[in-house]
Amino acid sequence: MESIIETKDLTISFGGHIAVNQVSVSIPRNLFTSVIGPNGAGKTTFFNLLSGQLNPTVGKVFFKGENITKKSTVERTRLGIGRSFQITNVFPNITVLENVRLAIQSREKVRFQMIRHFTYYKKFTEEALNILNTVLLSKRANALAANLSHGEKRKLEIAMLLALDPELLLLDEPTAGMSLEEVPAILEVIENIKKEGNRTIILIEHKMDMVLGLSDQIIVLYNGELLAQGNPEEIMDNETVQTAYIGGESK
Amino acid sequence: MIKTIQKSTWIYIAVAFMLVLLPFFKDERWFLFLMIQVFTFGIFAMSYDLLLGYTGIVSFGHAMFFGLGAYSIGITLNFLESTFMNLFLGILLALVLGGIVAFFAGILTLRLKSHYYAMLTLALASLFLVLAEKWRSVTRGSDGFTFRIPELPGPLQDHRNLVVYMFCLVSMVLIFFGLRRLTESPLGKILVAIRENEGRVESLGFRIMPYKVIISVVSGVVASFAGVLYAISIRFVGTNVFGIDVTLDALLMTIIGGVGTLVGPIIGAGIIEFAHHYLSDLSDVHWIFERWIILFGIVYILAVIFFPAGIVGTLWHKLAKRKHKKQEMKQKTSDKLAS
Ligand SMILES: Nc1ncnc2c1ncn2[C@@H]1O[C@H](COP(=O)(O)OP(=O)(O)OP(=O)(O)O)[C@@H](O)[C@H]1O
Ligand SMILES: [Mg+2]
Repeated sequence: MESIIETKDLTISFGGHIAVNQVSVSIPRNLFTSVIGPNGAGKTTFFNLLSGQLNPTVGKVFFKGENITKKSTVERTRLGIGRSFQITNVFPNITVLENVRLAIQSREKVRFQMIRHFTYYKKFTEEALNILNTVLLSKRANALAANLSHGEKRKLEIAMLLALDPELLLLDEPTAGMSLEEVPAILEVIENIKKEGNRTIILIEHKMDMVLGLSDQIIVLYNGELLAQGNPEEIMDNETVQTAYIGGESK
Repeated sequence: MIKTIQKSTWIYIAVAFMLVLLPFFKDERWFLFLMIQVFTFGIFAMSYDLLLGYTGIVSFGHAMFFGLGAYSIGITLNFLESTFMNLFLGILLALVLGGIVAFFAGILTLRLKSHYYAMLTLALASLFLVLAEKWRSVTRGSDGFTFRIPELPGPLQDHRNLVVYMFCLVSMVLIFFGLRRLTESPLGKILVAIRENEGRVESLGFRIMPYKVIISVVSGVVASFAGVLYAISIRFVGTNVFGIDVTLDALLMTIIGGVGTLVGPIIGAGIIEFAHHYLSDLSDVHWIFERWIILFGIVYILAVIFFPAGIVGTLWHKLAKRKHKKQEMKQKTSDKLAS
């Protein structure tokens, strides 16, 4: 199976603490991979290494066969790696709509246009509203992002990622902190992307039912190390995983 | 959306038109002069707002662009003949110099943490101040020098102050509309995003540096032009144009008027200039009124405590809240009707 992103001995240490330790994985293209592991296992740090927020102490990252270890976040985004953040990371004092519109603007490469009024790009606004609709946030389009509830901010994160329309989507606990009624809609959004079949998704998630329902492949991190990698059945039957990682539903 | 933009544009045009008529009703010299100061500092404060309000860049040496502009035009008209050709040349020199200095200050420091820009601009402004003091053959040191502006044709020469007034007013209005368009362009939206969350802008796929350098250059060029107008209006250049209080004035005008609003800094300039004028008159009553810097400190602290969004910012918030309430009411009534 062709891989879209691959890591080789990926390692990062903060001071003396090794948060990700010699992780070598290969993520198959257009499939759904989940990353699980107890709190502090290094999942978010692993994402940060993939998306370029952090540079590894040792090891390499390959995207579509190209070594991108030295590439910046900006370059990686332009190559087609998009992510949502576990700790909400939006533009607080502008509207929800504007947050999403900026992502579309980036995708459409409208970077240095300073003569035209932004409303000239009507399609961006329309598309942003559509995306907000799919994540059930269109009612809040004109609110400042800072005034959203925690769950709404999670939806905005997802909306911004969808707007960027990357080939590889890194989702860091997209439904954490949402109320139970809100989760199905977000799940549906994720399922729809999966169904289209031309996107690769990597999901960090604690909710095991969600992980088992969606994943083609599961990666288990434990203390920064790769504990296991395989399809859901293999992971569920894996004894090391059973003993080491009982924290599955701890959140 | 488009409708509200047009509405505000009409308001601005109406105000500008009133300002055109104003000197025909009140043409005392001191008043015209004060209004000219408001226009020039309005432009200067707008250029400061581009950095502080829109992009979140703090500059402590913005006076250097102002001073560069003032000296460029002064020196040109002093050493060359005072003709319109040379006036134009001086303005061109001011804009180019302002742009170049802003460009290098930008690429040198804007990739570093934000306070480096504040510190470098402060250092550069002090450097220019020293240069202006020491390079006596060109600048006449701390004495400064007067210069002549070209003679106007025919009867206009008798109304020179009025002509300068109109020139400054038209400049301010054009620059305002130009900068407003810039801030409402796709690029302007990215600037605001940089102010809000730099890291997120990068993870959306925009490089930060080019934007900071672009806005630094635009701001430097506009500030330099404000310096040109200032020098033309008083026909004198002295080292005070590089002074820290010039920067502090811009800062205060922007904060009082409302950061990130563009029209706020103009209003702020009006308030500060008029306050300056009337308070200096009160210096016979008490010496404190002469100590502008003390008053400045007090006003500044009060503004930050009670008006963190500035006058215009506070007004906008109020308006937005009202609109919001109206919408909610509408929503409620339509919900009721539906059920
Ligand atoms: N920038 C940093 N500096 C120092 N230590 C860090 C940094 N980022 C993460 N760590 C540490 O690395 C370890 C892994 O953190 P990480 O956030 O990747 O865990 P996680 O698996 O995402 O956990 P959770 O399920 O709670 O989100 C933790 O011990 C954390 O304290
Ligand atoms: Mg995490």
